[in-house]
Amino acid sequence: MNGANHTMLEIKNLRARVGGKDILKGIDLAVGTGEVHAVMGPNGSGKSTLAGVLAGRSEYEVTAGSVTYNGRDLLGLDPEARAREGLFLAFQYPVEIPGVNNAYFLKAALNAVRKHRGDPEIDAMGFMALIRDKMALLDMDQALMSRPVNDGFSGGEKKRNEIFQMAVLEPKLAILDETDSGLDIDALKIVANGVNALRSPNRSAIVVTHYQRLLDYIVPDFVHVLSDGRIVRSGGKDLALELEARGYGWLEAEAQPA
Amino acid sequence: MATQTASRAGAGHYLAAIERAQRDRAHEPAWLRDVRRRAADAFGRMGIPTTRDEEWRVTNVAPMADTPFVAAPLATVSSEEVARFLVPGLAGPLLVFIDGRYAARLSAPGVLAAGLTIITIGDAIERAPASLEPWLARHSDSAVHPFAALNTALFEDGALVVVADNTVADLPVQLVFLSTVTPSPAISAPRVLVVLGCDSQARLVETFGSLGPARGFTNAVTEIVAGDGSVLEHCRIQRESESAFHIGHTAIHLGRSSRSSSHAFAFGGRIARHDAVAVLGDEGADCTLNGVYLAGGNQLIDNHTDIDHARPHGSSHELYKGILGGRARGVFNGRIRVRPDAQKTDAKQTNKALLLSAEAQVNTKPQLEIFANDVRCTHGATVGQLSQDALFYLRTRGIGLDDARSLLVRAFAADVTDRIPLEPVRAELERLLASRLPFLLGEEVPR
Ligand SMILES: Nc1ncnc2c1ncn2[C@@H]1O[C@H](COP(=O)(O)OP(=O)(O)OP(=O)(O)O)[C@@H](O)[C@H]1O
Ligand SMILES: [Mg+2]
Repeated sequence: MNGANHTMLEIKNLRARVGGKDILKGIDLAVGTGEVHAVMGPNGSGKSTLAGVLAGRSEYEVTAGSVTYNGRDLLGLDPEARAREGLFLAFQYPVEIPGVNNAYFLKAALNAVRKHRGDPEIDAMGFMALIRDKMALLDMDQALMSRPVNDGFSGGEKKRNEIFQMAVLEPKLAILDETDSGLDIDALKIVANGVNALRSPNRSAIVVTHYQRLLDYIVPDFVHVLSDGRIVRSGGKDLALELEARGYGWLEAEAQPA
Repeated sequence: MATQTASRAGAGHYLAAIERAQRDRAHEPAWLRDVRRRAADAFGRMGIPTTRDEEWRVTNVAPMADTPFVAAPLATVSSEEVARFLVPGLAGPLLVFIDGRYAARLSAPGVLAAGLTIITIGDAIERAPASLEPWLARHSDSAVHPFAALNTALFEDGALVVVADNTVADLPVQLVFLSTVTPSPAISAPRVLVVLGCDSQARLVETFGSLGPARGFTNAVTEIVAGDGSVLEHCRIQRESESAFHIGHTAIHLGRSSRSSSHAFAFGGRIARHDAVAVLGDEGADCTLNGVYLAGGNQLIDNHTDIDHARPHGSSHELYKGILGGRARGVFNGRIRVRPDAQKTDAKQTNKALLLSAEAQVNTKPQLEIFANDVRCTHGATVGQLSQDALFYLRTRGIGLDDARSLLVRAFAADVTDRIPLEPVRAELERLLASRLPFLLGEEVPR
């Protein structure tokens, strides 16, 4: 554990609404550098909303609170600026983009990030070598690279493609939104491997999941339970086991304001 | 009536131009003068269309009726100026026309393969009129297309391409028509006739461009006669200036088991209209009409297609994509006729438009007229905007907003560009498309 390290992400009293409805109702969360935090909670509790707000989705209106990322005001940045600063969101529902070649897209993304870091553009050869490595890591079918982004990919292929992109872009803060949903057990292990390969003292992750089993492979430092737009309980990795056994009902009951 | 008067007044300039042109037609054979006279009469009857004409309902060409276009004075153009209108890396015969006149100095017809004949229309009229007679104006219907009739009455030059039976003309023939900036707006009426013999093959690339902010009017007609068993690949690139007027007419007549694939790209013009008219005149013909049109600012770009399935077992494939920004307007009208005799016809039409701004508009209309019972005809039309989800997704990977938009717009067009068989043409069109996007997306005009 690296709890003593400096804070990479600090969320304070974050409130957000979408379509006129308040979804996040005051989130406080600090993610230290090198830490992995799991976020669990019932359907509709606001997990994806939180992930979307962090990545900069414009439909979500932030009504109060602040988010500081490596000392900067995250909410003031465009989505692309956040990405270039090392934030990565693996989508719960990756978007299909017909007509945009997967390899072309990923090279453009990588070069945008590299340019921002002051690194030279990667050339075609270097890129091919890099993606060959990362595809091997994630046991990905090469053919997916020459297809349009996520277009006609199976559910599992889409999720794997998200983690593949993450492996190529090497973010500092990865937010994985239910990357485990729809994966069979072998795929789950492979994806977890991909995530673990990136674990390091200077990278952090927020892993949104409904299932304990992912956390057997990606062992979190902290587990939080989100319910009705608030974090109602935080604990160590054992909290996930307790949730697996008891469900969320007892927490929601406890969390009811008096 | 008001429209009648407007139409007559508009046609007046043109009728005077036809009158003047007739003075030096003494050397033309009687049949040609006759063809021209009939076209002039038809044009006189129809006049410049108004928005009361169903075929021109949303395309208001009043500014063209009001402008007294003149003949362009002779211009001197350098090969450097022409170079940027040539498809890079495209080998093959090249003919360049400046303001509708053949420019030998800028052209490179090269040594032609056996069985391939390329001469200018001017030369053909003078030296080999018999090679024109069976085909010229046979398949462009002057009776219902006023501007095609006008071209027939007015044309002076252009190209005649004849591919003999069983000849495979591999190298694409490139025809480039450029307009110069003239003191008063000028009209040119280039004419192209392509005749493919039985079981022959040919490739044709036509480019229409402006050397600077030309305000003239290009009234072009291309007739293609595809003989039995022949194969044609055709690409038409209209990239005139945003102040130009362009009316193009491509008429394709397909013989038995012939195959024609035609791609039309429209980027330029203040008002630009292209009619692609195909007749599947014998059994088993296969016709593709695809297109992409891009309009921004105040441009109006109109594409009309008309596919006539006259005989059985024909198939036609149509895919048009429109990309509209600024206050631009797009029009797509796709007519498919299946005659009673044309059983087992398979026709498919798709047109999609992408609106990049709130003020951009598109009018699309499929027009299916089916008189045979054992046929398959499908059509689909969509109008949409860039997907916000896709934009967000790209941006979360570090791709900037402008690049993300450009990427998605190019992806939208890729459906069509990817189908262009000639790689250099495909690459050039992708480049042209990308270079127009800043203008469409509301940034500065590319030069
Ligand atoms: N665009 C929208 N308009 C209205 N309501 C929305 C919109 N997007 C999300 N919501 C609502 O916000 C709430 C939180 O949704 P969110 O997707 O964040 O939940 P979640 O915790 O990720 O759920 P799940 O576990 O099912 O993925 C839900 O009630 C959802 O219906
Ligand atoms: Mg969710």
